Amino acid sequence: MATYDWVFDTLGLRGWCDGAGEGGAPMSMGDLLSQTGSQPERSVWQTPFPSMDALNDACTAFPQSREVTQGLEEAFLGVKDTLSYVLDPITQPLSWTLRWALEIFQATPWFVMIPLLAVVIFAVSRSVGLLAFVVGSLSALAFIDYYDYAMQTLAVIAVCAAICVAIGVPIGIAMSRSDRLQKVMIPVLDMLQTLPPFVYLIPLIFLFSVTEPKLYGIAIILYAIVPVVRLTNLGIRLVDPEVIEAADAFGMTDRQKLFGVQIPLALPNIMAGVNQTIMMSLAMVVIASLVSAPGLGVLVLRGIRNLELGVGLVSGLGIVILAVILDRSTKAALARVNAAQKN
Amino acid sequence: MADTKIAVRDLYKIFGEDPQRALAHVRDGMRKSELLEKHNHVLGLRDINVDMTDGEITVIMGLSGSGKSTLIRHLNRLIDPTAGEVRVNGENIMEYGAKRLRRIRRRDMSMVFQKFALLPHRTVLENAATPWIVEGRKKADYEAEATRWLDRVGLEGQGPQYPHQLSGGMQQRVGIARALTSNSDIMLMDEAFSALDPLIRTDMQDLLLELQKELQKTVVFITHDLDEALKLADHLVILKDGEVVQQGEPQHILTNPNDPYIVDFIADINRARVLRARTVMRPGTDAAGEASGQVDADATLEEVIAQAGGDTTPTFRVMQDGRQVGTLPMRDVVRALVPTAASDENTDRVA
Ligand SMILES: Nc1ncnc2c1ncn2[C@@H]1O[C@H](COP(=O)(O)OP(=O)(O)O)[C@@H](O)[C@H]1O
Ligand SMILES: [Mg+2]
Repeated sequence: MATYDWVFDTLGLRGWCDGAGEGGAPMSMGDLLSQTGSQPERSVWQTPFPSMDALNDACTAFPQSREVTQGLEEAFLGVKDTLSYVLDPITQPLSWTLRWALEIFQATPWFVMIPLLAVVIFAVSRSVGLLAFVVGSLSALAFIDYYDYAMQTLAVIAVCAAICVAIGVPIGIAMSRSDRLQKVMIPVLDMLQTLPPFVYLIPLIFLFSVTEPKLYGIAIILYAIVPVVRLTNLGIRLVDPEVIEAADAFGMTDRQKLFGVQIPLALPNIMAGVNQTIMMSLAMVVIASLVSAPGLGVLVLRGIRNLELGVGLVSGLGIVILAVILDRSTKAALARVNAAQKN
Repeated sequence: MADTKIAVRDLYKIFGEDPQRALAHVRDGMRKSELLEKHNHVLGLRDINVDMTDGEITVIMGLSGSGKSTLIRHLNRLIDPTAGEVRVNGENIMEYGAKRLRRIRRRDMSMVFQKFALLPHRTVLENAATPWIVEGRKKADYEAEATRWLDRVGLEGQGPQYPHQLSGGMQQRVGIARALTSNSDIMLMDEAFSALDPLIRTDMQDLLLELQKELQKTVVFITHDLDEALKLADHLVILKDGEVVQQGEPQHILTNPNDPYIVDFIADINRARVLRARTVMRPGTDAAGEASGQVDADATLEEVIAQAGGDTTPTFRVMQDGRQVGTLPMRDVVRALVPTAASDENTDRVA
């Protein structure tokens, strides 16, 4: 006798339950066990929650809970073909760009690449200290033969962060102009930000081939785009309303206002968003090595899988070095923007 | 030169969900507080009618929340009214489309803001040249003109600086230069000097009067400060809870306040310093024989008292452009120093 027999008895559904017979859902191990021996009397304190499985005990026609996850999976598989038919061509350029960037970053010889990075970073940060750090740490990584992995990681981040900015800033601008869109987007952004990063990978693996770089590209972009969207929206909304009034009072068009006033004044916030986006791309590129993203993350995984402590630690340190470089140079650029326009 | 440049007609503004429905209540005479309590709408402006004369400074004065900013923002339609119209150069600007509106904002009116509202990422020169930059002009075109106005407001050589490198007073000079560079006839100033220190404020008022003597623009100046209003105004409009309580020549309002609210407002001012001989004098040329001297029609009573050496017996001839326009017995001067009650005698308020 199951606990919830009375539910189906009082509702007069006993016939429906029995009619389905034993052929309904496949039996769980628990069911098999409970059939062998007679059930011990349960005290009130052990009354199970009326869950799907508990109700199934009382009435075999009632679905078991694992049918929910199974149903979801089947539904996803059902639309998968159409979905990838649409998404595959749209996202194909991402694969091309990633392959191309990886090739460029690796094909460029180290004696060109390291000075080039140093110059770029000095140009945005104007900091001699950072310049010395970049040259020193990259040379150290190269000395222990981690240079190629570091460049692969950098290439992936460069592409993904650039796409995040290219898509995220316009979305943020659109959100700042429409309260309605903001209302719709904020829960979406909240969800993207709170989902554990691994969860992104699951549906993507079904949709795209693991050999395609876009698989990890999309995962990184989805995860890392949130801060730049949020902070662009916020930054534009926080622009001093009196300055906006001044722009209107002098007869600026919407375009002049956007590019001449709103974006420049929101720039400190937008840059803060770009900084966070880059840092989140870096975090995700490690996790994405699970689905074949190249770079230092692969070494971290190897360290875990083969218990190669040294490899794991050194590649972890390499990621920290990249993080410091990217963080310091974007922050230095941000500080320069701030200094130029503090009120 | 008494042309009306800006005419505000039957203007109403109500903030809230359904202003048109609330408007009906307001037209039926509902007050601001009742409208807020019963219908949750804010009465911004009620039935405003003001004529702003070409070449004059019209000052709109009232306490905080009386609707001053709301009113001035109707003049260039930063705010659209619930009912009524604003006519600029005889045209109702409420009928303008976006493009016409932008044109009038670029060519015919400019605005100066309380907190300066400069663009922090542009240099002082570029800020001053905003009206030209908005028109798509290049630096070669605007540099001379913008520099001229920067020099005129006392900012020689500051062009390459950024606004945050300047003091508040200097930033507002940039704000004024920006308004002047557009060469518009109308200048709207919303509490333009309220954020400045008292001494700098006086300097800026003097600068404005000096510029005004030279340029004769139609200036609409907002302030909550009576001394500032009296110093600048050719025409003074007093607002309270979104309504005009009294408007007219400032000297006339001082001597003939028509509302207890205004009596209160003017109770604390130094009347000797703001009232002028022409306001207090007896018009005509009689009693010229017994006069013991002459004073200028625009002299303040303070100056008259100083000239009399504190004596309350003499009578002065009041002169304008070398002609006598009236006589001024010192007894009248002393009497004028005592605040007047509201002229229609409705002074039944609790003392
Ligand atoms: N956008 C708005 N929404 C609702 N109420 C407003 C808005 N703007 C102004 N008000 C109200 O209108 C009244 C007049 O405001 P304002 O014109 O700013 O006054 P002032 O400039 O004289 O201090 C105030 O009661 C204010 O709260
Ligand atoms: Mg105001």
